[in-house]
Amino acid sequence: MGFDYLGERFTAACMAVGTSSFADFLASCAPSLLPGAAPQAGRVAGGGPGTGLDLPHATTIVAADFDGGVVMAGDRRSTAGSMIAQRDIEKVFRSDDYSCVGIAGVAGVGLELVRLFQLELEHYEKLEGRSLSLEGKANRLSAFVRGNLGGAMQGLVVVPLFAGYDEETGRGRIYSYDVAGGRYEEHRFHSIGSGSVFARGSLKKLYTDGMSVDAAIAVCMQALYDAADDDSATGGPDLTRHIYPMVATITADGYRQLTEEEAGRYAEAVVAERLRSPGGPTAPLPPTSQQNE
Amino acid sequence: MPFYVSPEQAMKDKADYARKGIARGRNSVVLQYDEGILFVAPNPSGALHKISEIYDRIAFAAVGRYNEYENLRVAGVRYADTRGYQYDRTDVTARGLANWYAQILGTIFTESNKPYEVEIVVAELGESSAGDQMYRITFDGSVADEHGYVAMGGQADQVSAVLKERYTEGMPLSSAMGAALAALAGQGNGETQGINAGQLEVAVLMRGRAHRAFRRLTGARLEELLAAAGSERTG
Repeated sequence: MGFDYLGERFTAACMAVGTSSFADFLASCAPSLLPGAAPQAGRVAGGGPGTGLDLPHATTIVAADFDGGVVMAGDRRSTAGSMIAQRDIEKVFRSDDYSCVGIAGVAGVGLELVRLFQLELEHYEKLEGRSLSLEGKANRLSAFVRGNLGGAMQGLVVVPLFAGYDEETGRGRIYSYDVAGGRYEEHRFHSIGSGSVFARGSLKKLYTDGMSVDAAIAVCMQALYDAADDDSATGGPDLTRHIYPMVATITADGYRQLTEEEAGRYAEAVVAERLRSPGGPTAPLPPTSQQNE
Repeated sequence: MPFYVSPEQAMKDKADYARKGIARGRNSVVLQYDEGILFVAPNPSGALHKISEIYDRIAFAAVGRYNEYENLRVAGVRYADTRGYQYDRTDVTARGLANWYAQILGTIFTESNKPYEVEIVVAELGESSAGDQMYRITFDGSVADEHGYVAMGGQADQVSAVLKERYTEGMPLSSAMGAALAALAGQGNGETQGINAGQLEVAVLMRGRAHRAFRRLTGARLEELLAAAGSERTG
């Protein structure tokens, strides 16, 4: 559909004194371009399980903080029903220099949500000359997730996981969301998506406070491996095709995505270790409980 | 009862009014160097910018009335972000933006009583300097496609003359800065000797930077560049 950039409504809105929010700007003068403006897919056919329409779903995302930052990692599989829709989908994104966002749920809706969110942060930064606070970014994302509530009720569920480096306090922070836009700050680590239950169990046992960035990446790789081990919708490291989980770190130096080789080294180390012990690293039990047995 | 004023006279009056307003302010220059495009504006304020980022590889520089060009800057960011969102980031071009600005300024000039007292430059960084684009848009909506260097403001002709003399294709950043300082000297822009970083607003569109090419040069980096430009001029 065409859009009239010289139309009076658009030019007037551009020149008007107004908001620094890109989403609000679009809503005021070009609502047809906003994601929610598409014909409500749910009204035609639902997108969720059991509604007869198998849309590609993105699955597991994990995040953990470490000394001086935060790491986020996601597997590379998207599934449509019982079929693998894509083997190398990317679902961890840089949202700006000091934050990233991962998505779980209907991939199409999620990717659009991320695109709008990235632009929202950049737009604000350009207009205001400074970026939003980390808390401010997390709150904006919350409003976007809530905007999809109608879609979510009809089966097009998507939830993000947001993480960033807080320049004020000098540490990494993690936020999770529910479909109603509820925003929850998570401490230490968190996971979302279909394999999140298994991933979280793994994170809980492997995470230690004040880890190094290297250890945090290794822990996330282990957690994703455990998720892929028990959840059919989560993909493990694909050594034959060289497709590895996507890993991003955010520190005072900003956002950095691990190259394929770097991520491959971590993934291959996990796989090599699992060849010897398929369950992965075991946690030592405290002496008292051993005596009781 | 209003007197009859011929359209010619009305347009001329508006143009004179706009020119006078622009001439009250200082000049700014934009010029290409080997690794990008340099923007220099005398500006004592560190917060009220004359030079700004519009999009990944597009920047904006203006002279004239602050509230008016600030309005145009914000509009340009909104236009570019909307376009990039609807299509793709590579579909946002300086040519499109310049035309859009021209339409807006042209409409304001003909339809409202008070024209905008501004002059703007929209520049886009190419893959190589041959692909760089610079458009100068004036208060009445005229667009000029410029190459190498552009000067804006009341004494743009004199500033341009100095730039013409000093500009060479593919010059390094320090030489480009030297040329900009020489061009801005005199004409009420302050002496270049002893000009300090606090009085200048300097930014570049840098080739080779991923994603967003725009970068402000401030503090130590600017001091360094000014020193390099100064030693080249004396040496």
